[in-house]
Amino acid sequence: MQLLNTLLSGLTLGAVYAAFALALVLIWRSTRIVNFAQAPMAMVTTLLALELIDAGYSYWVAGAVALFAGLVLGAAVEFLLIRRVDQSSEINPVILTLGLFVALHAAAAIIFSSQFRSFPAPFSIRGLEVGGTTFGIGPADLFAIGAVVVTMGLLVLLFRFTDVGLKMRASAFNQEVAKLLGVRVGSMLTLGWALAAVVGSLSGLLIAGGGLVHPGYMDPVVVYGFVAAVLGGLDSPVGAVVGGLVLGLSLSLVSGYVGSQLVPLAALVILMLLLTLKPAGLFSQAQARRV
Amino acid sequence: MLELHELSTSYGPVKALREVSFTAREGAITAVLGANGAGKTTLLRTISGLLRPTSGTATFDGTDLVGTAPEKMPRLGLSHVPEGRGVITELTVEENLRLGGLGRGGKVRGDDLQRIFDLFPVLGERRTAVAHVLSGGERQMLVVGRALMARPRMLLLDEPSLGLAPRVVAQIFALLRDLVAREGLAVLLVEQNARSALSIADHGVVLNLGAVVADQDAASLAADDTLRHAYLGF
Repeated sequence: MQLLNTLLSGLTLGAVYAAFALALVLIWRSTRIVNFAQAPMAMVTTLLALELIDAGYSYWVAGAVALFAGLVLGAAVEFLLIRRVDQSSEINPVILTLGLFVALHAAAAIIFSSQFRSFPAPFSIRGLEVGGTTFGIGPADLFAIGAVVVTMGLLVLLFRFTDVGLKMRASAFNQEVAKLLGVRVGSMLTLGWALAAVVGSLSGLLIAGGGLVHPGYMDPVVVYGFVAAVLGGLDSPVGAVVGGLVLGLSLSLVSGYVGSQLVPLAALVILMLLLTLKPAGLFSQAQARRV
Repeated sequence: MLELHELSTSYGPVKALREVSFTAREGAITAVLGANGAGKTTLLRTISGLLRPTSGTATFDGTDLVGTAPEKMPRLGLSHVPEGRGVITELTVEENLRLGGLGRGGKVRGDDLQRIFDLFPVLGERRTAVAHVLSGGERQMLVVGRALMARPRMLLLDEPSLGLAPRVVAQIFALLRDLVAREGLAVLLVEQNARSALSIADHGVVLNLGAVVADQDAASLAADDTLRHAYLGF
């Protein structure tokens, strides 16, 4: 019973890591940039949602506004900042995202205050009860898992079956050839950042649900999300989701059977083992990798 | 159709093209020949907007190409087939082709794809294969087919014979000749393999160190022993 509950809570945890990893992967595969600002970007949109909820709007209205704000924020970051920086060195845009990390933190503390505030969940966070036994998974958790699965499904449909998805993939794989074929590569990159930020915002909402938020509440997720993305090979959206679930389950087992203090350490051990044994990730198709 | 007038391009202080002027006519194959480093690829990259010329003009049917972004070229009717690695190896054969068709703007129709599969049956057989597994010859057919998906009026072909068996080169060249005759397609063919290129070309331009040293019809170029020995190596 304890094993089942541990696995079930790991599944929920994994789903939110997966969403965050998905956001990182969407940007990495199209621009080869690790977006360190992903966590504070999601934090900003989630705090915006909280302001709306406190002002009396429903969770769903606030959530939709947060996702849309993510879309705009992602596009703006790519168009106004990332694109302007000298791309001749790969590290430049990455440093820029680190700067953005700090700037968004400071801005959020000024605009939304830096206090701990409670964020509502869309559904009950209490475990489901069946025949007198309480399971380690509740309606809010099921919603989180479902939201991530649907998001991944929509992304797969977009990339596999639409013209714009094909153009985005072409831009990701070979910018020069894509240009020669008439693809407006710049617009595809902006769109990629916008989509990634929407998925990031979703992960921000899911993590916040039923808990406390403040400008730093997303920061621990950066590490776990990054490990999940690397597990999945950084290039594959499906890999990111599977990586997130694997990580969530592993960490939940560590927390349940070894001790919750060891969770961050366990994440690091997983990352080290992976980079040593299978550096291209569990699902990567690429032959060479530069991390 | 394509008119170049005193076109010059530099890589920093190095002049790669020196006041290149010539005209590529409609419904004809114009071969651009010369040794490695003569500026042939630079010329194509300048025409398609990947490089900006330092001076001179390039016009296509009266449209100024200088300063026009490369992604606008397919819509003008100009398709650049880059050298060697132009296949997007992570995409399937069909996805590569569809991408070519999207360049023209609007949807890709099934009969557009069918037309390419009729021209290159091997691409039809490998329609769902990831382009990564294709042979060199199949890749070259794929990039040519992909460019044709945009229904261009002029193809810019960079070294299509590179690394291919003579039989495959002959097959691709015969197909080009056929397309030019049937559909009035214009081709600007950049080649190091001067003998093969002149055998199908109507007109020949020879580049040496970035400058035009000959601009005449293909037959007289092939017959000019001095020129052949000096610049074309056959």
